[in-house]
Amino acid sequence: MSAGAAWTVASVREALAAKKISARELAAEYLGRIEKRNAELNAFLALSPERVYAQADRIDAARARGEALPPLAGVPIAVKDVISTRGTRTTCGSKILETYVPPYDATAVERLEQAGAVILGKTNCDEFAMGSSNENSAYGPVRNPVALDRVPGGSSGGSAAAVAAGLAVAALGTDTGGSIRQPGACCGIPGLMPTYGRVSRYGLIAYASSLDKIGPFATNIADIAAVLKVMAGHDPRDSTSAAVPVEDYAAEAERPIGAIEGLRIGVPEDYFGAGLDEEVAAKVRAGIALLERLGCKRIPLKMPHTDYAIATYYIVATAEASSNLARYDGARYGVRVPGSTVIEMYRKTRQRGFGAEVKRRIMLGTYVLSAGYYDAYYLHAQKVRALIARDFADAFLKADAILTPTAPTPAFRLGEKTADPLQMYLADIYTVTGSLAGVPGISVPCGKTRAGLPVGMQIFGPHFGEGRVLRIARAFEKAGGFSI
Amino acid sequence: MKISREDVLRVAELAYLELAPEEVETYRRQLDEILTYIDKLKELDVTNAEPMAQVLFAAAGDAHPELREDVHRPSDAAEGILAQAPDAAKPFFRVPKVIER
Repeated sequence: MSAGAAWTVASVREALAAKKISARELAAEYLGRIEKRNAELNAFLALSPERVYAQADRIDAARARGEALPPLAGVPIAVKDVISTRGTRTTCGSKILETYVPPYDATAVERLEQAGAVILGKTNCDEFAMGSSNENSAYGPVRNPVALDRVPGGSSGGSAAAVAAGLAVAALGTDTGGSIRQPGACCGIPGLMPTYGRVSRYGLIAYASSLDKIGPFATNIADIAAVLKVMAGHDPRDSTSAAVPVEDYAAEAERPIGAIEGLRIGVPEDYFGAGLDEEVAAKVRAGIALLERLGCKRIPLKMPHTDYAIATYYIVATAEASSNLARYDGARYGVRVPGSTVIEMYRKTRQRGFGAEVKRRIMLGTYVLSAGYYDAYYLHAQKVRALIARDFADAFLKADAILTPTAPTPAFRLGEKTADPLQMYLADIYTVTGSLAGVPGISVPCGKTRAGLPVGMQIFGPHFGEGRVLRIARAFEKAGGFSI
Repeated sequence: MKISREDVLRVAELAYLELAPEEVETYRRQLDEILTYIDKLKELDVTNAEPMAQVLFAAAGDAHPELREDVHRPSDAAEGILAQAPDAAKPFFRVPKVIER
């Protein structure tokens, strides 16, 4: 087996069934790959070898007994460091949680493990998932495996880089404003943000609760479908998780290309305006043309509030963050910086524990919620959010899916945008819209620029329309769209 | 200018953030730029829009989950949680003096 052999959920399954490899051998191979590459990429913050081998041995024992193997048996999966893992340090990329070891697993992690997945460890990310380049991690930036002088995108940069570099078959990210789709685009792999409420947030350490979603990265659509299927569904421990039935995503992804014939794909002009890189635009237009050749019907759309999404997002998300992050005060968990009074302890702990971007967002959120500004900023933004959601609802009356670029540019250079927070925010200009509306969206690879940098195309579906999104993504993949 | 030095200090105080003197102007300038950008929302007429606090109930239609019964259930989490505390004196978290008398 070559060092970088591309395992998939299906090939792991076949190899285990045919006794070509054991779950333990596969786990060891992945831990070995990580050991070799991580100094360069900085994609992983913690590994959990004990847990890895205990799970691998359970799978091997079940196989030896001739039991039917669960759907993700032996599949090595990495988990973003904002998702709780029992017994494995979970820092959220922040110094303030440098010492935190969760006493419980997130539901998503629990379900993956019950389905046989081998949880490798925790991946680097922007601090508390706040960022678009992974440069806001207290543990150093992640490098893009496609081009080491470039960012992997963010905030789930470590997860995207791990999958793109072959250090995990799949990985969990979280997406609040684009944090799965944008790094997926930057690293040249698919990444799916599910509908809000589709995957339980229990154990996901909150950034902006009305926007946070857990979703998968993988190298192919069938694997995205397999991982989503295991995680999706109602969880009594998350009151915002939906009781909507879970579709058979794998079956959707396995349907023939002809299954997308006649689908109406909406293309909003508003996503192709100023600021969009020409090469990215050309690739995405070529991707849309390919779907048309496969029988989809192109519908020109107008989504007039698109241009207001970033401003809306940075009010809503920071307001929620300022409240969610109030819990980090040094009293109950994580790092404490002592003070002579409890207030002094809070201040010193938060001063030293939080990085610059987290402080900036807490201050912005505190400001927009403060007396005298609440109506002008927060309430107003919530109303604009409703208008953005209405744009989507109207669009889905005319179209079955919406096709856009994922990000305005390919992966940028490390350090290129760190001095200008607003420029960094604009990296999410095409992804935050769907985040605010709560609809599912996937970024799929859509060729490369002349410089060899991956381009991402985004496919939005209506609420709980993951099956349709995956069907289109899979047809696109089968027809060669990933390397268009 | 949308935000003054005093505003920044006030917000930092509300959020229990201690800023180094040299940070105050940097944050003021950055927050000012962001707030100026955000001001574009004021162009929009929102008179017919209801504030949207969350997605789920509209999206899930009738399928949204009932809230679960509020019943007492045993929990064995206390030990594990206290084990994470920077300074625990079971069953309490210990912090510096809160009330001066």
